[in-house]
Amino acid sequence: MSRLMFYIIVGFLLVVGIASSVHRHVQFEIPWLPGEQRQVWEIEAGITFNAQNGPVQVDMALPSHQAGYRVLTENTASSGYGLAYQADELGRTAQWTIRNAAGSQQLYYSVQMLVSQDARSPIQTPPTLTAATPWESPYDSAASQLIEQAWARSANNATFARELIRDLNGERQEESARLLLSQEAPAALVVRLLNQSGVLAREVSGLILEDGRRRQTLSSWIQVFAADGEQWSIFNPATGEQGKPDNLLLWETGGRAVLEVQGGTNSRVSFSMMTHDQPASAAVRNHYSDDTLLNFSIHSLPLEEQALFQTILLIPIGALMVVLLRVLVGLKTSGTFMPVLIALAFIQISLTTGLIGFLLIVAMGLIIRNYLSYLNLLLVARVSAVIITVIAIISIFTVLAYRMGLSAGLTITFFPMIILAWTIERMSILWEEEGPKQVLIQGGGSLVTAVLAYLAMNNPWVRHITFNFLGVQLILMALILLLGNYTGYRLLELRRFKPITDDEKLS
Amino acid sequence: MSWLKNWTWPTRLRDKGIIGMNRRNIRYIGRYNRRRLYPLVDDKLKTKLLAQQYGITTPELIGTVTTQFGVKHISEMLAGHGGFVIKPAKGSGGKGILVIEHVDEDGFIKPSGMRQSITDIERHVSNILSGLYSLGGSPDVALIETLINFDESLMDYTYEGVPDIRVIVFKGYPVMAMMRLSTAASDGKANLHQGAVGVGLNIATGAALRAVQFDMPCFSHPDTGHDLASLVVPQWDTLLHLAAGCYEMTGLGYLGTDMVLDREHGPMLLELNARPGLAIQMTNGEGLRRRLDLIEQQPDNVPTIERVAFAQHHFARQSELVESKDTSSANA
Repeated sequence: MSRLMFYIIVGFLLVVGIASSVHRHVQFEIPWLPGEQRQVWEIEAGITFNAQNGPVQVDMALPSHQAGYRVLTENTASSGYGLAYQADELGRTAQWTIRNAAGSQQLYYSVQMLVSQDARSPIQTPPTLTAATPWESPYDSAASQLIEQAWARSANNATFARELIRDLNGERQEESARLLLSQEAPAALVVRLLNQSGVLAREVSGLILEDGRRRQTLSSWIQVFAADGEQWSIFNPATGEQGKPDNLLLWETGGRAVLEVQGGTNSRVSFSMMTHDQPASAAVRNHYSDDTLLNFSIHSLPLEEQALFQTILLIPIGALMVVLLRVLVGLKTSGTFMPVLIALAFIQISLTTGLIGFLLIVAMGLIIRNYLSYLNLLLVARVSAVIITVIAIISIFTVLAYRMGLSAGLTITFFPMIILAWTIERMSILWEEEGPKQVLIQGGGSLVTAVLAYLAMNNPWVRHITFNFLGVQLILMALILLLGNYTGYRLLELRRFKPITDDEKLS
Repeated sequence: MSWLKNWTWPTRLRDKGIIGMNRRNIRYIGRYNRRRLYPLVDDKLKTKLLAQQYGITTPELIGTVTTQFGVKHISEMLAGHGGFVIKPAKGSGGKGILVIEHVDEDGFIKPSGMRQSITDIERHVSNILSGLYSLGGSPDVALIETLINFDESLMDYTYEGVPDIRVIVFKGYPVMAMMRLSTAASDGKANLHQGAVGVGLNIATGAALRAVQFDMPCFSHPDTGHDLASLVVPQWDTLLHLAAGCYEMTGLGYLGTDMVLDREHGPMLLELNARPGLAIQMTNGEGLRRRLDLIEQQPDNVPTIERVAFAQHHFARQSELVESKDTSSANA
């Protein structure tokens, strides 16, 4: 009866697991194979201001699809605020509103941008040329002098802009340029001079993307339109370089303010960003994801949690490896699931560095632990001392590796230190009681298990499958349940019990 | 294909009735040993008290140390005792057992001749209390027992340590037995994987069937050189009845009982094991499977005497040592 229940449960898990995986494959067109990886930027804008006990309205410009980048998803966090996205020909904005707010306020906007070579900018509406405010004397003559010089040296709008920027910066900077720069910021000055000469141009804001940067601000860039009003190019207001750098994300392209706050003071916006690779399929799917029950997937979580789950969902694979090696092979390990944790560290560190680091730390730890055993300490105190020793060893190795220019050595800190300390403690006792041979057998068994678990968990296909098909977890569960029911011989027992079978031949 | 020489086929093992680790865990331990009964055997102090209740002889208890404070007073407790054994109540696999053979003014002497100071002893006890040797590292109690004066007839078969007798008791029937003789390699401990000699015993008579060291057959003790074929355990029937009685005492269906033979007190229960190892199959040169299958067909609630008689009748065997050596010493 209980056997029947067992097989029903296992069958149920298998059927549900396979069915849900197939459903995801068919319904969401998630491929069984990982395919190419695409780079995705996660950018978060944090707006802070002091509200003045009254209604508040915050308008912030938002980035759009553009050359090199495509908007995947965007989220906001703003408790109590009403939110509306607006779009016109000059770009998109988000508008937060609240009837009454006081004190320090924080609003968050985060966006995922997919790096995509075939993404194109939408058609840009050129700004209308407004009647330029005339310069006062003596600035008017300085301005016209600069314009005349640059005009003479240029052939079209773009080269004119380039010459103008160079005249205002660097070595070619003249008296007249310094005079004008005392009145306006470089970017704004260039735009004003361009407009004065009848060239369509505006100041736009962009974000330089660098992985892991926080508290960044937008920088000013100059967008100059060609005479036909359709072609345009981006200029760096400091160097006059033409063209958009690959890591520049244009945030606001309408020539408007990035952030406008009504009813608040001291407003500012800062950006933090990180990048990661994800399968192209997943990246594109994010774009179309809808929240139904069957679409229950890790991808509906915020990005940071997704990255965490990517690792967590691999642990069952490591556990399966441990079960396989212990139940079917009969390998001895020091601590049942310690190898899985070591394998997780290997994923962060890379295999060779990880193995060398592990052996160094455990060997050093064993030597020091050997000394500690003479001090006649209580167990908990001794293990704590070993933990501190492990931390010291890791610190020393990290500093040494850094001094020697081995950047790989820096990642050694990913080892789970408490686990290492217990491993050292257990191996040390094993050494005292059973001798170095057992230490080698169990230590070797642990390392073999860890390496195999690492190879399984680091396999791109396994990562793709576990991350994209949650049903696979149920299949793993069913497999482990079945293995837990295996009463046959272990591989190593075929060797262990060999002498018994020899006798039969003799007699 | 020389490396294949050390391996065999699963079918050959099955034919021999060998039980693997997985089968032992699921089919026997999982089915016949109820979890809540484990503490009775995992804690040697509980086992000892229970054994006294059931009239099963055990080595005399000198005392217990339960607190780190008590460690300081251990020398007072040990005063006047010539030899003693310190063991953790919850130790497993013989870990943490310290045997002191005799005491002189300078210190304590282990069977190997190694000298231990009182500080060494105190450190050992302190380690036991903090759970170094216990399952899961939980805090433990140290037991101090008198040293067993093992039967002189067995003196020649062992080196430095006490030889103990492991009897596997299944549903109260003694199914297989072996004797473990310590050697120089095993540091006076009777652990097979450390190099002790395992001698398979005939359930019917207690005579040696076959001997192995490091899983390889041997015919004499590696250190004393004494012929193992002549080994017969005295007071065998008493010992089997004692072992079989542990089933009623604990309620565990698949049980490993470790017995010793004392010069004065006869067979004594040393400890019980709810997860006995499989090496006994190697020492007997026979799998447990057929015997266990036969016992499973027997009815419950059979008195101890009948169970022992049944086992002695069905599991009797001819010695392999005698066949290959001289036949005259079979009944020595």
